[in-house]
Amino acid sequence: MKLEELEMRYVPRIEPLFSGPGWMALGAFALVTLVVLPLLYLLPAADSALHVSSYTITLAGKIMCYCIVAMAMNLIWGYTGILSLGHGVFFALGGYAFGMYLMRQIGREGQYQSDLPDFMVFLDWKAFPWFWTGSEHFLWSATLVILAPGLLALAFGYFAFRSRIKGVYFSIITQAMTFAFMLLFFRNDTGFGGNNGFTDFKRVLGFPITAPSTRAAIFAMTALALIGVVFLTRYLIRSKVGRVLTAIRDSESRLMFSGYNPLGYKLFVWTLSAVLCGIAGALYVPQVGIINPSEMSPANSIEIAVWVAVGGRGSLIGPLLGAAVVNGAKSFFTQTFPEYWLFFLGLLFILVTLFLPRGVIGLLSPARWRRT
Amino acid sequence: MKPALLVSAFVAALACAATARALDEEIVARLGAEEVGTRLEAINALVASGDEAALALLQAMQDGQVNLTPSGRVVVVRGDKAFDAATMAPIEPEPEGLESIVVNNRIRGALDTAIGALKLLSPDRAVRLASAKAIETTSQAALLPLIEKAISRESDPGIRKSLQQTKAALDLKSSDPGTRLAAVSTLAESNQAQVKTRLLALLEKDASGSFVEPDAQVRAAAERSIDSIQRRLLISDYLARLFTGLSLGSILLLVALGLAITYGLLGVINMAHGEMLMIGAYATFVTQQLFKSYAPGLFDWYLVAAIPVAFAASALVGMALERSVIRWLYGRPLETLLATWGISLFLIQLVRQIFGAQNVEVANPSWMSGGVELTNMVLPYNRIAIIAFSMFVLLMMWLMLSRTRLGLFVRGVTQNRIMASCVGVPTERVDLLAFGLGSGVAGLAGCALSQIGNVGPDLGQSYIIDSFMVVVLGGVGQLAGTVYAALGLGVLSKFLEPHIGAVLTKILVLVLIIAFIQKRPQGLFALKGRAVEA
Repeated sequence: MKLEELEMRYVPRIEPLFSGPGWMALGAFALVTLVVLPLLYLLPAADSALHVSSYTITLAGKIMCYCIVAMAMNLIWGYTGILSLGHGVFFALGGYAFGMYLMRQIGREGQYQSDLPDFMVFLDWKAFPWFWTGSEHFLWSATLVILAPGLLALAFGYFAFRSRIKGVYFSIITQAMTFAFMLLFFRNDTGFGGNNGFTDFKRVLGFPITAPSTRAAIFAMTALALIGVVFLTRYLIRSKVGRVLTAIRDSESRLMFSGYNPLGYKLFVWTLSAVLCGIAGALYVPQVGIINPSEMSPANSIEIAVWVAVGGRGSLIGPLLGAAVVNGAKSFFTQTFPEYWLFFLGLLFILVTLFLPRGVIGLLSPARWRRT
Repeated sequence: MKPALLVSAFVAALACAATARALDEEIVARLGAEEVGTRLEAINALVASGDEAALALLQAMQDGQVNLTPSGRVVVVRGDKAFDAATMAPIEPEPEGLESIVVNNRIRGALDTAIGALKLLSPDRAVRLASAKAIETTSQAALLPLIEKAISRESDPGIRKSLQQTKAALDLKSSDPGTRLAAVSTLAESNQAQVKTRLLALLEKDASGSFVEPDAQVRAAAERSIDSIQRRLLISDYLARLFTGLSLGSILLLVALGLAITYGLLGVINMAHGEMLMIGAYATFVTQQLFKSYAPGLFDWYLVAAIPVAFAASALVGMALERSVIRWLYGRPLETLLATWGISLFLIQLVRQIFGAQNVEVANPSWMSGGVELTNMVLPYNRIAIIAFSMFVLLMMWLMLSRTRLGLFVRGVTQNRIMASCVGVPTERVDLLAFGLGSGVAGLAGCALSQIGNVGPDLGQSYIIDSFMVVVLGGVGQLAGTVYAALGLGVLSKFLEPHIGAVLTKILVLVLIIAFIQKRPQGLFALKGRAVEA
């Protein structure tokens, strides 16, 4: 047999990027988030039935940021089988990197009318610390949004994967990492505003940050980023790299015996996942208007895992669904029954892991996810 | 409370005895002088006399019992009787037009020091010791005669030494180089950082460029003494750090022991382990409340009863969890992580609903308060008790694992579950019991923690990440790994903390752990085997 024939027979056919309904759904999502919602927010009068409130736009934007994080988590946990309990740190680092730029944009309009942010005046600092250098330039901050979480993930991942730490060991070490970073950022002397973090932003790229048009623009950018992440994930998973990643999840030893070194693959997907989280954080901060160290708390990071678990890990839309459902529920509970939120969340963790190993998606399409 | 009672009893006794001896009438008369300065001089002179009667008089003055007759005679009024201040003889008939001597802040301060110093002559050793400690850092040369008197009478070597140190410190100001030399040499024995500062001051030059201390011999002796003090301070500093490190380490050990057992056996990390601590601590609290209401006489011993209660409470909750949730997730360790985290959230909220979100108060039994004093540090009894307790739990655990049938089964299942099951080990029951045991030990840790910290719904969260690190560093399957890792991390943290602060210590320790497992991925003590993970 010729080589091509062999390939035809044994190498699975590369699937199309999306199925017909998939393209339709993506298009509909793009239409709603890029055109319909921003227009309904900007055009109709505030008392019109069609008007979408700032609250709704901000909440939807926030949830889309969480969806990006969930996709990032899905890449590393759902497809590669590595559970990170420290993704909050990458999200927060992205947020802080962009927050630095937003703080510089306040200019002299802070409480103390100084070039320095209020918290630095309060600490009696006379100049910016070295790591704030260049943060007044949008481009450098945008680069930092990628560099900071990326480099941290690269260094951490290299040492962790090199010594073949995996499974629960890896999970609890990532948890310790985010915990340590939280403590670090809580210190006033670290130079990121301590307890209060960054807040009171005034403008971004010169536009007032609370103006409806700015909000609508950031909202649309978040939607674009989310669509981009969906494309990227799908493309990656379909590719040969994606196949190696799923192989790592299903049987790392067998993959190694077949002559692959998983280190590079793991490191790549781990760093990519961290960078995506960082971008989500950077989009999150201008919409929510605050970033503080509690974003790095271990509880926050582990919550990310439950979004993915609820939706269905290892599927493309599951994590999106999970992030939206859980965060919607969180908004609902913390407003109506704040004391029962932890009960709900706790039970969600337990019930989903016990009864829905494939998440909500597994319920919807049992045939596709039946265990082999 | 107790020392205060003793003092007043002692003062009362003195007041009776004092009738026999009289104070210098001229000095006493000056207590009633117009100017504050003269009155202060009189107080200092009374102290210098070192007389027991002086203490009684000064105490009376502090209590506002000293009055002035219109003729300028100083009298003490007790109840409705008046006594002569110098002789304490009753005055009949009672004088009229008495005016109380005003005690302003300056005089009150002088009185406090004077009374404190005069207690050096008390017959009660504890009062003398407290007094000697209180004046250890004084700079009032007026106290010298009194201190000398106290030294000549002192029978207790400890107090005597402390007094000699105080005297030497005051002698540094003497004009006689010989006295100063002797003082500097005596001070080599000191444990006080202040003494070091004072000696260092001798070596400095004043504005005109000449040494503060003119005598070269004294300066050389001072340098030697400073070295010796420095060394002693350093040693005791290190000892103190070692102690707090061991204390932290033994807490980590208590927390991590249970974690390591369940991880070794079942391959799952129980994220709700911290909540087992919390349950143990709350069980201790409940026991305490029961003792308070039903057996207040035995209150000091509630802790002894709380130990089995805390163990049982946590063990039962742990076994219930194993049966209801964790059992169904074996072979899926990452999901177990999430499910047990859910359990932990649930338990925290449950405790909040039952006991409230505020911390509850768990009291130390009276035999646990106080501590052992060593040179210039105090080792609290509750910390010592925790170190001893964790060693006891460790011993029990070791006996259980190495000497009992259950221990044999646990070790067997840890090494090879399938093979153990094949030879008839009831693995399901072993899992259940081992999980209960691990949770129970966590309950014991909670009981111990309730004695040194706050008991609240978040209690478990503060120790859990550190104890995970202990398990990562120590490896699983052997107690020794956990012991070395816990004590090592505890001591290392406490040695780093004074230099770089608590937060950077945590980060550095994490970095060190990651660096360490580069070399030994399975932790300090891994079980040797040829198995390959699937």
